[in-house]
Amino acid sequence: MSIMSYNGGAIMAMRGKDCVAIAADRRFGIQAQTVSMDFDKIFEMGPRLYIGLAGLATDIQTVSERLKFRVNLYELRENRRIKPKTLLSVVSNLLYERRFGPYFIEPVIAGIDPLTLEPYVASCDLIGCPMVAKDFAVSGTCSEQMYGMCESLWVEDMTPDQLFEAISQALMNSVDRDALSGWGAIVHIIERDRVTTKTLKTRMD
Amino acid sequence: MECLLGIKGRDFVLMASDCVVSAHGIVAMKKDHDKMFKMTDSLVMSVIGHGGDDVQFAEYIAKNIQLYRMRNGYNLSTKEAATFTRRNLADYLRSNTPYSVHLLIGGFDREEGASLYYMDYLATSTKVPFAVHGYGAYFTLSTMDRYYHDDMTQKEALHLLQRCIDEINTRFVINMPTYKIRIVDKDGIHDLDDMKPTGSGGSQGPESMVG
Repeated sequence: MSIMSYNGGAIMAMRGKDCVAIAADRRFGIQAQTVSMDFDKIFEMGPRLYIGLAGLATDIQTVSERLKFRVNLYELRENRRIKPKTLLSVVSNLLYERRFGPYFIEPVIAGIDPLTLEPYVASCDLIGCPMVAKDFAVSGTCSEQMYGMCESLWVEDMTPDQLFEAISQALMNSVDRDALSGWGAIVHIIERDRVTTKTLKTRMD
Repeated sequence: MECLLGIKGRDFVLMASDCVVSAHGIVAMKKDHDKMFKMTDSLVMSVIGHGGDDVQFAEYIAKNIQLYRMRNGYNLSTKEAATFTRRNLADYLRSNTPYSVHLLIGGFDREEGASLYYMDYLATSTKVPFAVHGYGAYFTLSTMDRYYHDDMTQKEALHLLQRCIDEINTRFVINMPTYKIRIVDKDGIHDLDDMKPTGSGGSQGPESMVG
């Protein structure tokens, strides 16, 4: 029994033209038993900056709380919104502090830089190794499926509508083939001037 | 071997827990033990756990919640109490002395109405419409999925609970003869009569579901 697959879950983020999207499944389960179908794994760290966390559910909650604390202090000190690449460094530092007793989560960041308005997608491993992606980032118990779906469906410079279609199909079909992920999905499409949130109905099992 | 159940109705939370204490493995030391703790006038926590962790942790949380009330003059809401409990459990998790407890927190406040929180021993907390801890979950969650709906009345919730208890009694190998029942609503915490399994074995047929 692996700690990373105790609760199950899937997060995916994709980059488009002047937009990014981040999506997650909604299941909270304990091994084979599903407990709830509306468990949030994506958290807002800024008006156009979201982080999704996959892995052990208690660490998802703890890390999101601690990270929000650090981001709040950052914004109070700096008197401005945090940039996506700075958030990546903050997350990386938070995780590496626990190098020899880590939080069992793998984060995915999606956002739009507040100044340059560049779309940004990145991910880390559980000890904070940062990786900036030019196309997509995935994390979770069905990561192999998600890599396959993303590689097939992602194209460069997608509009928000195309991006929504691509990320929805990629996530849905990946989690439908994983017993520990699913029970619905939530997608956030982040553009320069708005964030649209949609829920998807996947195989409800 | 222990079982906690919780059902959220339209303006109340129904909490149920079995009453068996089996401190030494195969022996049933006590069959009328109350596993629920009163946190405030409209907040109840039911706990199961190993060793003395259940009572120690529940009393620790209960006293701290009372301390907040004394210091600040008002009670913590259900969500706040659940977050406080989760924070404590999560901090202890990676210490030398983690608490091994499963709990359900049910409460009523004016802003949110009734809410039920499920928390496992790893300190994952989630708000749910109904929840079961223990082996009883394997026998009852499907029944709850089938018959639960938002806006249940007390009568419907008790009927659903009776079905669940009957199913556990029929199919679970451990004998749990009584369940303590409490309802939390706007008027506070109400103790109801203990619920016992009826002989009918859980399968009462769809027509017996009273509205």
